[in-house]
Amino acid sequence: MARYAIKVENLSKKYRIEHGARPQYKTLRDSLSELALKPFRKVGGNKNGLFAAQSDPRFDSQGKLLWALREVSFEVKPGEVVGVIGANGAGKSTLLKVLTRITYPTHGKVDLFGRVGSLLEVGTGFHKELTGRENVYLNGAILGMRKAEIEIKFDEIVEFSEMEKFIDTPVKFYSSGMGVRLAFAVAAHLEPEILLIDEVLAVGDANFQRKCLNKMEDVGRQGRTVVFISHHMPSITRLCERAILMQEGRIKMDAPTFEVVGCYMSNSLGTKPEQNWPVLSKAPGDETIRLTAVRVISRDGKVRDHFDIREPVGIQLEYIVLEGGYEISPGFSLHNEEGQWLFSSLDTDPNWSRKVRSCGHYLSEAWIPGNLLAEGTMFVGPTIRSNPKDILFVYERDAVAFQITETPGEQITARMDYSHHLPGLMRPMLKWETRNSTGKRIG
Amino acid sequence: MQSTIKQAIETQSISSDEFHIHIEPVSKVTGLKLGELWEFRELLFFLTWRDVKVRYKQTLLGATWAILQPFMSMVVFSLFFGKLANIGSDGLPYPIFNYAALLPWSYFSGALSGASHSLVGSAHMITKIYFPRLILPISAGVSGLVDFCFAFLVLIGLMLFYKIQPTIYVLVLPLLLLLAMVTAIGVGLWFSAFNVRYRDVRYIIPFLVQLWMFASPVVYSSSLLSEPWRTLYGLNPMVGVVDGFRWALLGSTPPGPMLWLSIIVAVVLFISGLFYFRKMETTFADEV
Repeated sequence: MARYAIKVENLSKKYRIEHGARPQYKTLRDSLSELALKPFRKVGGNKNGLFAAQSDPRFDSQGKLLWALREVSFEVKPGEVVGVIGANGAGKSTLLKVLTRITYPTHGKVDLFGRVGSLLEVGTGFHKELTGRENVYLNGAILGMRKAEIEIKFDEIVEFSEMEKFIDTPVKFYSSGMGVRLAFAVAAHLEPEILLIDEVLAVGDANFQRKCLNKMEDVGRQGRTVVFISHHMPSITRLCERAILMQEGRIKMDAPTFEVVGCYMSNSLGTKPEQNWPVLSKAPGDETIRLTAVRVISRDGKVRDHFDIREPVGIQLEYIVLEGGYEISPGFSLHNEEGQWLFSSLDTDPNWSRKVRSCGHYLSEAWIPGNLLAEGTMFVGPTIRSNPKDILFVYERDAVAFQITETPGEQITARMDYSHHLPGLMRPMLKWETRNSTGKRIG
Repeated sequence: MQSTIKQAIETQSISSDEFHIHIEPVSKVTGLKLGELWEFRELLFFLTWRDVKVRYKQTLLGATWAILQPFMSMVVFSLFFGKLANIGSDGLPYPIFNYAALLPWSYFSGALSGASHSLVGSAHMITKIYFPRLILPISAGVSGLVDFCFAFLVLIGLMLFYKIQPTIYVLVLPLLLLLAMVTAIGVGLWFSAFNVRYRDVRYIIPFLVQLWMFASPVVYSSSLLSEPWRTLYGLNPMVGVVDGFRWALLGSTPPGPMLWLSIIVAVVLFISGLFYFRKMETTFADEV
């Protein structure tokens, strides 16, 4: 019995960098002339190396070697679905390339127990001159399927791709979307015990993307071990119970997904759940009113950046009224990560609305109920305006942000038992009632 | 129900033990891992099949191109070397004397260039998927055989035209073709790995192939040399191949010990190429 599907120990990978960030091709001519000039060169030259990228800790002191992975260790149990997230250049792709044996590590070791399938790109080896049918066989073979296996699954693959009509047309006549569909259909039918996937979902039209995502999720549920790299946080939170956050080649965090995603959001994207303007003259607003702080808080009153979809989210605005005599209406706008405006809200507190405010320090708090927002990142834009004369004193779009994730739990949510991607900007839980209107007993 | 699940888990764990992949840094070549090549034989088949299919689909002339290339060379060489320069052709009509050599030579030059470019040309695959990289140059060497078959038809036509009967040694022909293939892939292994590291190698290859042709008895006869020089000439494996073809098909002078020397050199090139390729293989994905 294998206790692990994947065991990674102290994995490090070094890249040699010539000039700049990408390895450049050497030419034979260069090497020969270098060899010829060698006796004439002064000792200890090469100042360029010292200059390059000193601030980046992934580079060694001479700036010529890049440690893309540094002492990475983790284990994955059979059947576990693990997400790997991190900014570009954090080492995610290098990690996957080592796991898939495309490139070799400099130190450390990896053990994989099971048949491994990998998907770093859809349509690897596709050839434009060949027909869709021919490409299915070719691509399948490249992805490690046996010919007999492809033959068995062929009809299913074609049906999944919705390309029955064009299967005997050369791929060069396909639109790019059609090619991707076919390529993805092949990839989706890979059935190894360990599946390593790089972000490949960002292709195709929305409907097909969803179909692929659903298929991917099925793969995860079939008890297969999956390591999944993605920038798409909702699919990470939904697919993976556990996530690994990578930063500068190291594992920064290895914990339940919602914690890791929350941490990544606040660190890597630069979003934070709280923003303060301690210097009054620099705070948003003018001589009449200044916004001094905006916070996202949880029920216990503490600042937090990630929430379960069932939890209420509190938005807190702190502001100073410097010049009295206005009716003040604080509020905020809420945008999702795609920049879609979800809603706006204005203060409805009967104690203060339609009343002129005097100078002083104020704190306004609003609560977004649980089971209303959809999964994803939400950006809060605090506003302060006045009534009835419409003056906008403050509008700080996307000042703070928080993350809504949905983790399986006892309490039901609007998705009930549905486990695939549930589209929609909002996810309100409505009151449902179902009656048997036939009035007859069945059976 | 529960027992079936348990059973399923157990069978999976058994099969999991069978597939254990261990990844470690590579410091030296531990073996040629030719068994792995066998495991990936279907991929080798599909890549070769793709090469052939694309070549015959893409070019307007299709199979005609495979015939035209050696045939036109033969016409030109016959005109200049046979007619004008009057180079000796061992008493055979110059066109067929020349074509019998061009036949393996065209295959060799095509396979060599194909194999040399195979890694750089498949960079997208190398960086995205794992498979024994050896498959690429080998596939390039194998797919050239189809062109060879088409070009062979012309030879049959020429032999009928000149009323030349093949000798019994024609049975050795597949082995001679194998020698050409081993040489092409062997040298191709060196060049393809070289080409990944040094990108100007590809400009050298066509030039080198050209030189190599004139260093092989394609337009002239190796009988211009006397022993022991003729045997030593076999250090160039293509000398053995070309002389072997002429001997087997047209009944000219047997290549003799020269052929053995060619075989030895070809095998040395091939095996050393394999080891060099294996040594460089681990860095291909980082450099290509």
